[in-house]
Amino acid sequence: MELLFALVIGALTASGVYLLLRARTFPVVMGLTLLSYGVNLFLFATGRLATGQQPVIGTAANYTDPLPQALVLTAIVIGFAMTAFLVVLALRNLADNENDHVDGQQENTSPASKQEQEVTSK
Amino acid sequence: MSLPLVVLLPFLGAIAAPLFAQGGRTAIAIASSVPALIALAALFPHWPVLAAGGTVLHSYEWLPVLGLSFSFRLDGLALLFALLILIIGLLIILYAHYYLKAKENVAKFYSLLLCFKGSMLGIVLSGNLLLMLIFWELTSLTSFLLISFWTHKQDARRGARMALAVTGGGGLALLAGILLIGNIAGSFELDDVLAAGDQIKAHALYPVALTLVLLGAFTKSAQFPFHFWLPHAMQAPTPISAYLHSATMVKAGIFLMARLYPALAGTEQWFYMVSFTGMATLLLGAYIAMFKHDLKGLLAYSTVSHLGLITLLLGMGTQLAAVAALFHVINHATFKASLFMAAGIIDHETGTRDMRRINGLWRYMPHTATLAMVAASSMAGVPLLNGFLSKEMFFAESLQLNLPGLWAWLPPIVATLAGIFAVAYSARFIHDVFFNGKPVDLPKYPPHEPPRYMKIPVEILVFACIMVGVFPAVSVGPLLYAAASATLGGNVPDYQLAVIHGFNLPLLMSFMAFFGGLLMYSQRKRFFAFHARFREIDEKAVFEALVSKIVSLANRFTGWVENGSLQRYAMLLVLSVIAVTALPLADNGIYVGENGLSPADWPTAIAAGVLIIAALATVVWHRERFFALILLSVVGLIVALAFARFSAPDLAMTQLSVEVVTIVLLMLALYYMPSWTPMESSGTQRIRDILIALAAGTGMTLITLTMLTQPFSTISAFFLENSKPGGGGTNVVNVILVDFRGFDTLGEITVLAIAALGIYSMLKNTALTPPPGDGLGHAWTRDQYPLMLRQIARPMLPLALLVSAYIFLRGHNLPGGGFIAGLITSVALILQYIASGMIWTQDRIPFRYHNVIGLGLLFATVAGAGSLAFGYPFLTTAFGYITWPVVGKFEVASALVFDLGVYLAVIGATLLALVSIGRLSPHSAIKSQKEGV
Repeated sequence: MELLFALVIGALTASGVYLLLRARTFPVVMGLTLLSYGVNLFLFATGRLATGQQPVIGTAANYTDPLPQALVLTAIVIGFAMTAFLVVLALRNLADNENDHVDGQQENTSPASKQEQEVTSK
Repeated sequence: MSLPLVVLLPFLGAIAAPLFAQGGRTAIAIASSVPALIALAALFPHWPVLAAGGTVLHSYEWLPVLGLSFSFRLDGLALLFALLILIIGLLIILYAHYYLKAKENVAKFYSLLLCFKGSMLGIVLSGNLLLMLIFWELTSLTSFLLISFWTHKQDARRGARMALAVTGGGGLALLAGILLIGNIAGSFELDDVLAAGDQIKAHALYPVALTLVLLGAFTKSAQFPFHFWLPHAMQAPTPISAYLHSATMVKAGIFLMARLYPALAGTEQWFYMVSFTGMATLLLGAYIAMFKHDLKGLLAYSTVSHLGLITLLLGMGTQLAAVAALFHVINHATFKASLFMAAGIIDHETGTRDMRRINGLWRYMPHTATLAMVAASSMAGVPLLNGFLSKEMFFAESLQLNLPGLWAWLPPIVATLAGIFAVAYSARFIHDVFFNGKPVDLPKYPPHEPPRYMKIPVEILVFACIMVGVFPAVSVGPLLYAAASATLGGNVPDYQLAVIHGFNLPLLMSFMAFFGGLLMYSQRKRFFAFHARFREIDEKAVFEALVSKIVSLANRFTGWVENGSLQRYAMLLVLSVIAVTALPLADNGIYVGENGLSPADWPTAIAAGVLIIAALATVVWHRERFFALILLSVVGLIVALAFARFSAPDLAMTQLSVEVVTIVLLMLALYYMPSWTPMESSGTQRIRDILIALAAGTGMTLITLTMLTQPFSTISAFFLENSKPGGGGTNVVNVILVDFRGFDTLGEITVLAIAALGIYSMLKNTALTPPPGDGLGHAWTRDQYPLMLRQIARPMLPLALLVSAYIFLRGHNLPGGGFIAGLITSVALILQYIASGMIWTQDRIPFRYHNVIGLGLLFATVAGAGSLAFGYPFLTTAFGYITWPVVGKFEVASALVFDLGVYLAVIGATLLALVSIGRLSPHSAIKSQKEGV
């Protein structure tokens, strides 16, 4: 079970990191989402894997560690907020630069010309 | 108290002086003199202790952990320098009063001068090496400001920058050296360091420490090869030059060597490094001084040369040489300060400092000429003047060095040669300026004597030159003895301060220098012709070229590291995370812990397999964005299942509802974005990224595996025990969120609110036109709001609200709570937007989401603050039971109000974010702006 869980986290991380390194905003957002799944599962797992031990008093004989669950619960919600913020940054980038490259410019243009663009747009 | 006061007063004066600027130039000059006068009065009572070789220590703790204290220490050496700084400082103020023109910013001048004076006093009075270093750096900074006082002159700015770069760089070396010394001696207190001299000299790091400290001293005191900054610092107003380059700034390096003499001197390394540097500086400075046409340039190189002389004396390592060094410090300060002032007067009255033009001034200003001639004679070493005495001692000491074989001839020859040059340039200063025909083409003609009082400082200094020259034992004997005693740690050798010690070798050397110098000056045309054959190196050009070279290198490095590509930054970030994590992992190792592995069941294994495949498939098909998004949602759903599988029902519900909202959000974003990603990365780039991703994934797998198989202990027993009796709820996760860790939750919903408001403001004035189709030739469907969906969605709303109310209310005892209920409500509302459109839904929602967020935060805060009213800490829960008809016995906790705040904040934030995005397209924006979403 532990091995399986570790492999899941590894797969999420690897997929997330690969997409994170892409050049367009949308794959990056998806990559971050995958990565945050992995991170949430990892944090959750610090309380170890337990079956049928939900931390609700009176429903089980033993209870699993509730603290990581509380942490991850807020992490999920905050993670959503950050994803939304990132998506909006990507949209704003699209609106301002008319493309969805993470560097705010198409490939094969130098940073110098980008600075010029910024100057002229101001 | 009096010692810190001496250091502090000039700084206070620096603040106060500008206030007197209103009162006129005389008022500010008088106000600026006050700190020095008080300081002199404060030092005077200590004299009996110091004369007997004692020290006065005033110490206050500052940062004892670092060994840094406000420790001020006065002994003979410190007194000698403090008197020079204070007395010459006073004369400078008087002189500057007449020197500065009416339009000059006198407030700035006096303020900076006082700051500099305070810093110098700090150096000489510090009883702690770290404290001394602070003042050392302050002198670098304040002298930078003083040298660049005429900020409109490019040369002044450049000269100041060069001085700062050289002395500041030396300051860094000094810092390192002091840290080493402090480490060896075990303390930074001067008394301890001086007492630990043998320990320091025996230590393996002594050569390094000494080299670093000497770098600091040599740069400050303009020793070869760092001498070049000093002549360029002559761009300062002359009172500044007179102060910095006679008594203060450049003497700081000398002071440092004398101060640490008991701790560092007396070794071979000290001897060779210090004496040979001194010798080179002495000769080079004296030689170049002869060829300078600029009055101040001549004096500047002469200063370099005399600093070399003092350094050489300190380097010789004999006790008598050290006495001679201190004696020459006094003498050089007096005659050089008066010469600088005289040069300033000449500049002031003729408008130029070029010796090829100023000739025959004797006729126009005999009074000034007499004073300058006496001072210059002292510089040349003419008998009955103070310069002669210390130079005789120097000649005598140069004969005493025990160098092997022919090398023994080197110091006396260098000494005599430098003496010849010194006489030659002094003769030039006298003859060229005051005689030698008539002035040539002066900017101000005819020159005349300066105001009476401008000459007073020069007169006082020249008088001192003569007094010391004729009655050395009476005038400076006691002070010199006290200083020597402090420098040598009490072992003062027998010496006599007499005008003539009889006819001996040193006197012969003096005669040789005197007549050789006069001869050389009479033949000056040949020497000038000889010198002109060599191309002079312009140090400033070399320095500027070096600076611009360094700047361009730094720019190239910055451009390489920070090329503006976020894609590359992300890669570097991931790589650094991998590197930083790999190091401790390599130390601890990766292993299966003692808990071992537990068997997996089939359903879990299959779900895990699907998750892994879906995650990888998302990557493989990430270019087709819609498809990838659907795969992504599969991953999210299985994550929710995983939470349910491993005893976390709350997490499962949260993940499930967040998943819905997230996918809707991404769908919405995709409406505006291109629906496919072009292939841009090269093959190698993709392989590189795959390798990075695999490294990260493998690392996380191994870490997780190691962690999961370790035994662990947790603090959660407390939460499990106290959840019901203390928090009044059986759902421990929810009780943690709203009670035990309620303050964290309050912070988190605040973050949520800020993110939503950020989204709102970022998109407020933005419009995006969605592409006409999905980019592959398919147009959007014409049926914007499908009938079936609409018909199902509307009755769903009350149902969903009911469910969320139920989930909310039971949350304290069973899985559920504000976060989950809020997300369910959000999903229900979003469904209405999807099914019936922006405008239709907005028309039917009578409130702004901003207000919902605000209300949520308000509820949460008030619920928390409510407990304050009953005398409990913030966010303490109170709970009780009430019985409602039909519903039955019912628990009410103040945590419920807090959870209501969470619920509202989540709804407000989620919907504000989504609606802001939905509003982006032009046709929905028109309507919603009117509504004021």
